[in-house]
Amino acid sequence: MKHKAASLYLIFVFVVMYLPIFYLIFYSFNAGDYMNNFSGFSLEHYRTLFSDYRLMRILANTFIIALLSALFATLIGTFGALGIYHTRRRGTRNTLLSLNNILIVSPDVIIGASFLILFTLIGMKLGFLSVLLAHIAFSIPIVVLMVLPRLNEMNPALIDAAHDLGANDYQVLSQIVLPYAWPGILSGFFMAITYSLDDFAVTFFVTGNGFSTLSIEIYSRARQGIDLSINALSTLMFLVSLVLIVIYYFLSTYQQRGSKKKRTLGTAVR
Amino acid sequence: MHQTKAFNYSVPYYAWLLLFVIAPVILLLFESFMDVHGNFTLNNYQTYFSSGTYIRMTFNSVFFAFMVTVITLAISYPMALIMSRLKHAQFWLMLVILPTWVNLLLKAYAFIGLFAKQGTLNEFLTFVGIGPQQIMFTDGAFMAVAAYVQIPFMIMPIFNSLVEIDQSLVNAARDLGASSAQTLRKVIIPLSMNGVRTGVQAVFIPTLSLFMITRLIGGNRVITLGTAIEEHFLVTQNWGMGSTIGIILIIAMAITMYLTRDRKQGGK
Amino acid sequence: MKKLINLTLGISLAVALLLGFSWGMNRLENHQVKSDNAPNQKETLTIYNWGDYIDPAILKSFQKETGYRVNYETFDSNEAMYTKIKQGGTHYDVAIPSEYMVEKMRQDNLLMPLDHDKLSGLQHYNPAFLNEPFDPNNKYSVPYFWGTLGIVYNDKYVKPGSITSWNDLWQAQYRKQIMLIDSARDIMGMTLASSGQSVNTKNEAELAAAQGKLSSLMPNVKAIVADEIKTYMAQDEAALAVDYSGDAAEMMQQNKHLHYVVPEDGGNLWFDNMVIPKTVQNKKAAYAFINYMSRPEVAAQNAEYVGYATPNQDAMKLLPKSITQDKAWYPDQAVLDRLETYQNLGPDWTQRYNDYFLEFKMTNQ
Repeated sequence: MKHKAASLYLIFVFVVMYLPIFYLIFYSFNAGDYMNNFSGFSLEHYRTLFSDYRLMRILANTFIIALLSALFATLIGTFGALGIYHTRRRGTRNTLLSLNNILIVSPDVIIGASFLILFTLIGMKLGFLSVLLAHIAFSIPIVVLMVLPRLNEMNPALIDAAHDLGANDYQVLSQIVLPYAWPGILSGFFMAITYSLDDFAVTFFVTGNGFSTLSIEIYSRARQGIDLSINALSTLMFLVSLVLIVIYYFLSTYQQRGSKKKRTLGTAVR
Repeated sequence: MHQTKAFNYSVPYYAWLLLFVIAPVILLLFESFMDVHGNFTLNNYQTYFSSGTYIRMTFNSVFFAFMVTVITLAISYPMALIMSRLKHAQFWLMLVILPTWVNLLLKAYAFIGLFAKQGTLNEFLTFVGIGPQQIMFTDGAFMAVAAYVQIPFMIMPIFNSLVEIDQSLVNAARDLGASSAQTLRKVIIPLSMNGVRTGVQAVFIPTLSLFMITRLIGGNRVITLGTAIEEHFLVTQNWGMGSTIGIILIIAMAITMYLTRDRKQGGK
Repeated sequence: MKKLINLTLGISLAVALLLGFSWGMNRLENHQVKSDNAPNQKETLTIYNWGDYIDPAILKSFQKETGYRVNYETFDSNEAMYTKIKQGGTHYDVAIPSEYMVEKMRQDNLLMPLDHDKLSGLQHYNPAFLNEPFDPNNKYSVPYFWGTLGIVYNDKYVKPGSITSWNDLWQAQYRKQIMLIDSARDIMGMTLASSGQSVNTKNEAELAAAQGKLSSLMPNVKAIVADEIKTYMAQDEAALAVDYSGDAAEMMQQNKHLHYVVPEDGGNLWFDNMVIPKTVQNKKAAYAFINYMSRPEVAAQNAEYVGYATPNQDAMKLLPKSITQDKAWYPDQAVLDRLETYQNLGPDWTQRYNDYFLEFKMTNQ
């Protein structure tokens, strides 16, 4: 009975979360040109999309930026979180955390404008690299925010024990600390991708020389009305992401089955 | 010994702090003492604190950010709890993140289609006999969409702290005769507080400066600090005033951090 | 650590694939517009324009004819574009700002003066749209599209013909029925025009009075929104809207119950214009583009794609009569005479307009 209520709740929340997405996908098949008044099924917008090589190139750019920036932000942020974790003095620690969160609280226009000033000040040419740097920069704090609580939950005795058993720093880091923090690291990585894919204002300010991302294209089309080929594009993006996630899932369960022994051992130690 | 090592790994992070956080903040602080002609002035701060408009805006921002955080937490905690007990938990978590990869503006337009006077939701309400309602431009619609945007950011950290709770602790509580409600209150919730704290920070702080949804879904019935900053930076190009509000947001963030800090800290 | 390395490797692989894909798309794109006998191969032209504000077919034919490779970059507001051009760090050869922004950029020395000897198409333009106060003698700009600010109404809720003046919006029967465009200049401007004052006034008393009058409109206001106003009106969300003619055209395509009126008590006449910013790198290409866009057949094709009114009178002759004789899009000269273009008010007055508008938005309803 209770189990049933839980499942119902789960299903309900998922339905709500995917409702707008399904709405978008539904209208990508509209024979009409707008996101209302469905007038019949058509693949016309997909045809438009596939003949728009510029949009396809922008799509590739968007993913390159998202993946690379999320990766770098995850690496830098994870080790940053370790640094904060090892800071013993509480005052310093809180200051570091507050500094860390400044980019989360600052509205995008402020971040964008100040990064633009920063980049032009050091004479950097705007384009792929400046966008990548900016995306890494605003994704780092969310990674730290996701990783740090995991580190705080870690039992320090574990590390001490490992040291006592003769493990060196690298071994402690790679065998104990990082595996323990992994769920947080992974969350940080995915959140970084979210930040990157969603950002308009910062990218707008720091881009140039012909480099563009999907968000810029979508936002600047709003004045003319966003056409349904953008819906078609989002549908494809969504489906590809879904397939990737399913693949990842199978890969990781496959891997897990292989290393199950080790895992049970790890739990025993804890 | 390992302390120094970790510090070395963290060098890029501190470089980032210096270059992309501290430098811009100094710039921002500097700018907040400038008027539109580039002269030094304290007027921006004076305007902020003496005009009822900005104080009201600040109150609005804090109030709505608070409400959105509460709603998000109320929806997310049970969700994370249920998900953490599922067999393929990580897979479900991915499904929570996936919707955030679709562009926000597009999703907002989809919400217009769903909530509009002749939208899908109203068709449904008519169908079940309640009749069409004005949904758009209400505080409810605005908070619902804002919460929608933030839910994944809340579920994730809570979920991560829940999956790591040692099942033996829960079992022990049960063995000692605790009801499931008691176990939840005395064991599970306290142990997941770290995740809740992170979630609250990850939701409340950005919501303070929310602006797009206030216009698209809220029809500018609610004006927040985010809206004002947007306007000062982009429309009037009064970067001084915009920066002043930015600085105030940063201070508000620091206060939030202080209030939600982990009180029993210190390495355990 | 192993997982972290796996993640890094996986991403490297994905990025490599995406780079290949991007390169392929670039090849295809180039291939599409390639023509071996065109001059200027390998030179690029960077255009900075609003998103989807040009017929892509025109860009293709321009590249085919001239051989220039076009970079099309987009912005979503005049002010954002201004910041980018002012700050530098990137090159734009042609940009399309609105009229008040042309004036501001001109005053801030961000524009190159146009050499009229190199312009070949100015004679096609309607003289009524040249030599406007924001740019005397078109020293810096060539008009691209123009339009008006007016009222959109839905004939399901509003009797056709009953809206003729801005003051009609204040009628008690339209309670919670009006949508306004989120722009201080336009909404303050229409209020000023409704009282017979200039939309460029720098008279504090007039402005304060306008703010008072505007506040009394609040009970009728349903929402204050931006581009999404089109979607709302198309879905019958409100009976009336104060909006630009361009937006109106867009929404009327979606909903045949909508109509557009230019109130007879005046208001705003707006222009989007082609300019050559100081960041120009390829001047020759910039002139080639402006001249290409001035050709009547190209301007007509573009007007049909975008749906805005063209200032090119020779192009108008090529457009269907149903469009060019529609008073909503191409109003009579008598109406045009009552309209004003916006002047750049300078930072202090811009701020004043915005403060009043902000106060209006914060009015308790």
